[in-house]
Amino acid sequence: MGQIVLTKVRKAFGEVEVIPGIDLQINDGEFVVFVGPSGCGKSTLLRLIAGLEDISSGKIEIDGKDATDAPPGKRGLAMVFQSYALYPHMSVRKNIAFPLKMAGMSEAEQNARIENAARVLNLSNYLDRRPGQLSGGQRQRVAIGRAIVREPAAFLFDEPLSNLDAALRVVMRQEISELHQKLKTTMIYVTHDQVEAMTMADKIVVLHAGRVEQVGSPLELYNAPANLFVAGFIGSPKMNFITGPEAAKYQAHTIGVRPEHVEVSKDGDGWEGKILLAEHLGSDTFLKVACPVVGEMTVRGNGEMGLHHNDTIRLKPRADRIYRFDDKGLALK
Amino acid sequence: MATRQTQSLARLMRAPAIILLLVWMLVPLAMTLYYSFLNYNLLSPGQTSWAGFFNYQYFYTDPAFFESIKNTIILVLGVLTITVVGGIAIAMLIDKPIFGQGIVRILVISPFFVMPPVAALIWKNMIMHPSYGVFADIAKFFGANPVDWFAQYPLFSIIVIVAWQWLPFATLILLTALQSLDGEQMEAAEMDGAPAYSRFIYLTLPHMARAITVVILIQTIFLLGVYAEILVTTNGGPGFASTNLTFLIYRAARLNFDIGGAAAGGIIAVVLANFVAFFLMRAVGKNLD
Ligand SMILES: Nc1ncnc2c1ncn2[C@@H]1O[C@H](COP(=O)(O)OP(=O)(O)OP(=O)(O)O)[C@@H](O)[C@H]1O
Ligand SMILES: [Mg+2]
Repeated sequence: MGQIVLTKVRKAFGEVEVIPGIDLQINDGEFVVFVGPSGCGKSTLLRLIAGLEDISSGKIEIDGKDATDAPPGKRGLAMVFQSYALYPHMSVRKNIAFPLKMAGMSEAEQNARIENAARVLNLSNYLDRRPGQLSGGQRQRVAIGRAIVREPAAFLFDEPLSNLDAALRVVMRQEISELHQKLKTTMIYVTHDQVEAMTMADKIVVLHAGRVEQVGSPLELYNAPANLFVAGFIGSPKMNFITGPEAAKYQAHTIGVRPEHVEVSKDGDGWEGKILLAEHLGSDTFLKVACPVVGEMTVRGNGEMGLHHNDTIRLKPRADRIYRFDDKGLALK
Repeated sequence: MATRQTQSLARLMRAPAIILLLVWMLVPLAMTLYYSFLNYNLLSPGQTSWAGFFNYQYFYTDPAFFESIKNTIILVLGVLTITVVGGIAIAMLIDKPIFGQGIVRILVISPFFVMPPVAALIWKNMIMHPSYGVFADIAKFFGANPVDWFAQYPLFSIIVIVAWQWLPFATLILLTALQSLDGEQMEAAEMDGAPAYSRFIYLTLPHMARAITVVILIQTIFLLGVYAEILVTTNGGPGFASTNLTFLIYRAARLNFDIGGAAAGGIIAVVLANFVAFFLMRAVGKNLD
């Protein structure tokens, strides 16, 4: 069980209102990712759920019970911190055992759970080491191990992979996803890396300045962003926004075109433009193009395009892939 | 300093400082050792003669000798206990954000800046004095008989004064250790369901172990040589009730003008100090690596 319901949760630090009021439902077994730009309140929201910060007003329910005033240890949640927060003077075994010991569990039961967690996380050979003697990825696994032995109602992760290098990040990302498949426990995962968000989430919550901009599955957010912010935030490279007469042709204040939804040709129809920058990645080519009609555009082409700086090309957006927004920035149906 | 090359270079660079320290230490030690085998009294400086082990025997058979060793140990242990326990408590109190934190911290640290004889005199005349001390006033207020601290509890009184002086040092060192404690670790422990006292036992104390070791080692070195506080308050009395080893040596040298005897006492003190240091390093030194 691990259903979490937030009702009108508000948080202010003194005068500064960081979260003006959030309603959110997280269902049992879901993998929910909070994304948003730096400083938008992701960590704060996670810490409110954990009980590490007091909420200013509103209500938090865990499994149908009011947990608003419950201390962190009593909420049945486990958290994995960005810095791992392992206990440096304890061995890996003692680290993982700590929550069990605090719960007053018998030695035998403790050992069984530790062995099990160590096997799942490939830590069996490191149980007697100190955290200082482990690599970043191993420390990360110990932190996860300490969380899973408690068999919590939900896991909370605050940017757990941001201290790892790119390759290890991919590996750990998959491991966490597999762990979720295996345990089927609710997970709430904070990140500002949208690749993590898109690949791991069942449900993404896009936050902006303490407000929920949109909640939905990764593809829903990609295909049907509710507003300009979500449209610009989800997808990489960022969506191109065009205003003015070209947008008016589509009965919209602003239209959005994703870089991957543009046909590039030397002399077909579409907007004419001059290449400012061509980034050849092998698989793809990213072009930055200055178009006199619609301004600067970023487009994605295939890897073999023989296009270079200062070439003149034509850009044609795919008609079925044009996103339309009104003057308030909301999506038009 | 991982490679062999940098190690030998480092050794070379360290050498002058170490040699200087050695000379600094060895010359006075050798002179003391030499004097300890002489019959050398300042009242009759002309009649210096070889004494063999007489000075040591004399010092050793003095009934005050064992009492002074016992007093030294009680003094050191008493002050260590008060300062470490009190230091941890105060450090944890002033680590929390409170109103007027800066002022409070300065006030806590200020006893350290008062010179030992001055501090002892203040305690003797203004706080513990049986007729016009603060403690006497408090006792009278409650209708009790004032205690003559230095006559009735001489060693305890000195422990209190010395502990008062060293408490700031312990607090300061322990506070810096406390401030470097990672907040996320504490939060992780909170999430793990650890109540406040478990967090203290399993996280705070182990984190402070190194700082506590430093406090114990440094204070022990200085506390073995406490002297001024005794001189200005009890003068070692009544009897020898508050005489420690340092003060006994002082008595030999400055009251009896017996340089040979004092030197022998000094050598005994050095041997004892090394003895203590050895066991101390074995007991708590492993926290330092
Ligand atoms: N203890 C605090 N006191 C005052 N303001 C705070 C406190 N903690 C966070 N804030 C403010 O709340 C806002 C949200 O912070 P939060 O840490 O939740 O951001 P975030 O979304 O996690 O950002 P990042 O991606 O950089 O980690 C920030 O503007 C921050 O300055
Ligand atoms: Mg954050």
